Amino acid sequence: MTTTTAASASLAKAKETPVFYVADEHDHPEGASTLLGFWLYLMSDCLVFAVLFATYGVLSSSYAAGPSPKELFDLPLVAVNTSMLLLSSITYGFAVLEMQKKNVNAMLFWLVVTGLFGAAFLGIELYEFAHMIHEGATPQRSAFLSSFFTLVGTHGLHVTFGIIWMITLITQVWRFGLIEANKRRLLCLSMFWHFLDVVWIGVFTFVYLMGVLR
Amino acid sequence: MFDNPELMKAIFGRLTLEALPFHEPILVATFAVVAIGGVALVGALTYFKLWGYLWTEWFTSVDHKRIGVMYIVLALVMLLRGFADAIMMRAQQAMAFNGSEGYLPAHHFDQIFTAHGVIMIFFVAMPFVTGLMNFVVPLQIGARDVAFPFLNNFSFWMTAVGAALVMVSLFVGEFARTGWLSYPPLSNLAYSPDVGVDYYIWSLQVAGVGTLLSGVNLIATIVKMRAPGMTLMKMPVFTWTALCTNILIVAAFPVLTGVLALLSLDRYVGTNFFTNDFGGNAMMYVNLIWIWGHPEVYILILPAFGVFSEVVSTFSGKRLFGYTSMVYATVVITILSYLVWLHHFFTMGSGASVNSFFGITTMIISIPTGAKMFNWLFTMYRGRIRFEVPMLWTIAFMLTFVVGGMTGVLLAVPPADFVLHNSLFLIAHFHNVIIGGVVFGSFAGITYWFPKAFGFKLDPFWGKMSFWFWVTGFWFAFTPLYVLGLMGVTRRLRVFDDPSLQIWFVIAAFGGILIAIGIASFFVQLAVSIKNRDKLRDVTGDPWNGRTLEWSTSSPPPAYNFAFTPVIHDNDAWWDMKKRGYQRPLEGYKAIHMPSNTAAGIILAGLSGITAFALIWHIWWLVIVGFVALIGTAIGHTFNYHRSFHFPREQVVKAERERTQLLQTVRA
Repeated sequence: MTTTTAASASLAKAKETPVFYVADEHDHPEGASTLLGFWLYLMSDCLVFAVLFATYGVLSSSYAAGPSPKELFDLPLVAVNTSMLLLSSITYGFAVLEMQKKNVNAMLFWLVVTGLFGAAFLGIELYEFAHMIHEGATPQRSAFLSSFFTLVGTHGLHVTFGIIWMITLITQVWRFGLIEANKRRLLCLSMFWHFLDVVWIGVFTFVYLMGVLR
Repeated sequence: MFDNPELMKAIFGRLTLEALPFHEPILVATFAVVAIGGVALVGALTYFKLWGYLWTEWFTSVDHKRIGVMYIVLALVMLLRGFADAIMMRAQQAMAFNGSEGYLPAHHFDQIFTAHGVIMIFFVAMPFVTGLMNFVVPLQIGARDVAFPFLNNFSFWMTAVGAALVMVSLFVGEFARTGWLSYPPLSNLAYSPDVGVDYYIWSLQVAGVGTLLSGVNLIATIVKMRAPGMTLMKMPVFTWTALCTNILIVAAFPVLTGVLALLSLDRYVGTNFFTNDFGGNAMMYVNLIWIWGHPEVYILILPAFGVFSEVVSTFSGKRLFGYTSMVYATVVITILSYLVWLHHFFTMGSGASVNSFFGITTMIISIPTGAKMFNWLFTMYRGRIRFEVPMLWTIAFMLTFVVGGMTGVLLAVPPADFVLHNSLFLIAHFHNVIIGGVVFGSFAGITYWFPKAFGFKLDPFWGKMSFWFWVTGFWFAFTPLYVLGLMGVTRRLRVFDDPSLQIWFVIAAFGGILIAIGIASFFVQLAVSIKNRDKLRDVTGDPWNGRTLEWSTSSPPPAYNFAFTPVIHDNDAWWDMKKRGYQRPLEGYKAIHMPSNTAAGIILAGLSGITAFALIWHIWWLVIVGFVALIGTAIGHTFNYHRSFHFPREQVVKAERERTQLLQTVRA
């Protein structure tokens, strides 16, 4: 009994013309897909790093009678460097918290602190590179060093662009305030910055720690 | 100033007057033809005052339909170049017997086969499928544009600039002589010190950025912008294949970017990734490039499968057979395409276990592909088939592609591959699937959606001419290569010793001429159709009695695609609407929020092109200027917060009223 009624009801329903269009439509908010799109881009960037990691994995013992990781890596220095980048991720987190509380000045402050930590990280990395090159461990010396400089250098290049982007955003927030577009951009940069942190943890483990252990 | 070599080098890098190929008569003649054609085109555009129109309506347009059309135009132009290379190779190989050297010097021949491969894959097949996806996907999912309209325009121009760099290499310097994947150590500085490989690297890097971004764009579009009611399993199959293809693009192109960056470091900085000494490993390059390269062939073929699915169900007047299995087959192919790359180099010596693994995964791909074949066949079974031109291409595809697929499975058997590796059998195989699949699919798609894009159908007579010449030409051109490959003839040979082989190359060259007639017929078809456009006019917007949403709007669609966002109840949404008495709304229009056109895309791509050219020729000051300008412009563009406008209500009303009147003329 009940099944028949349900069936006839659905039949009756099928006979009427259903709604085929949205009559009362509102504008879609701009940038509704931006965070997804940016995340997709980050995943593609992640694959560039995957290529570099794989290449390092294959070539990391091809010393060509040149220096090995044990002779080159200065773990305490790299530890300081790592802490710079990890701290910068925390301060970026503070910046996003302030952004959500709409405290423009506090947010800008934390963004500047983040940028400074990032710059410190780059400075230490450049010092490390200069030191190695001075010792004769140039990217041209062996396949191991080629892949080392490329992997670590590509990460450094990303941090550099992150800082340029951060300066741009600081300018834009300072001039135009925390409007929707700027908030969206801050969140994209936040993803980018944390992503670089994650990649660095891979670099630290895979390149430095395991290199010294070998 | 001209006697100071240091100064000249600082200003022009490696670029000297010797880079211009005055000593090669073939190139001088080609240049003359291109120059005359170019001057005529520029002259005509200026005379008819079309520059302003092109700039505002096309070059700076963020409308996905226009960008899609521009991709197809790019592909057609580059098809002519890539095919010219092909016919030159066919002529050379048909001649170079009995002590004859043919007419192409080795230096030139090697550039031709490299350029042919690069152009056909990156600048013909890719723009064909990207163009179709760009045009069709937003219409099929009931959206008004893609998720990132500006990025879409930028992506197109990056692809176009990559193509332009390859064209420039024809007349300024030279192109790579390494084969289309530029394997090291041959592509390293030690063996290819000139600019050819640098042209290769930078044209692909620039175009690759465009491809990657358009992949991100279309995924976000399909994931976020489907009309209400369109669940994933109600998406049209073409949209499904587009989604999988773009996932493959985002997951494969970064590998190409990465590996080409490593090769350029070897060439520019002197690192030792792929060198013969200092611990370099050339096989790393071969692995990486095929980790991109194998998904790439599925990037090309999946949208073609989508086109055939739409065409076969429309022209059989039936719902697609086995929709769910079609979707799963597509997804399985997407995943498996990452697990087969090593079959391109079984002869590398990875050992029996590794080769077996990759051989078996390769063979497994034939299962979902076979399922698709049966689905298309069962769709046709008991259908009321209309043999219009898109359907003809589809049937030819089914016959041709199956043969290509079977020779592919044959090559997937490692012991057989040791015999056939790098032979003409392989060449015949991949042309069999790429021409039989991607090219036939592109022509089917172009013929199918042309009335949607321009408001009139393509002339069927010339379409059939093109079809028959292409198909017979294909078989004449490539069956001999299967035979030659089985006899052990390897690829990329310029001269031959054994005179008994010549007849096969002559037959292949004859096939090439048939294909040339097929291509010419296509362009005649365009011209004839434009001339007879009033007779071929499509006023209903639904010229083929279609099934999916793109046929519910006018031909060509208005800039905003749909005056009202459609609501979907069935995977053949438009068919369902027609069946269940959908009434087109005649009032209640609103202003529509739309993205604004911008010149930023073409400017950024142009700056990338300049930077790439400077990198190729080692003009370091221009590299710096170009790069700084590029970053500066990109940052400057982010200061523009006003990127959209409201398409005024009155114009919507006007456009829709015109459509109403047109539809009444049909009914009356």
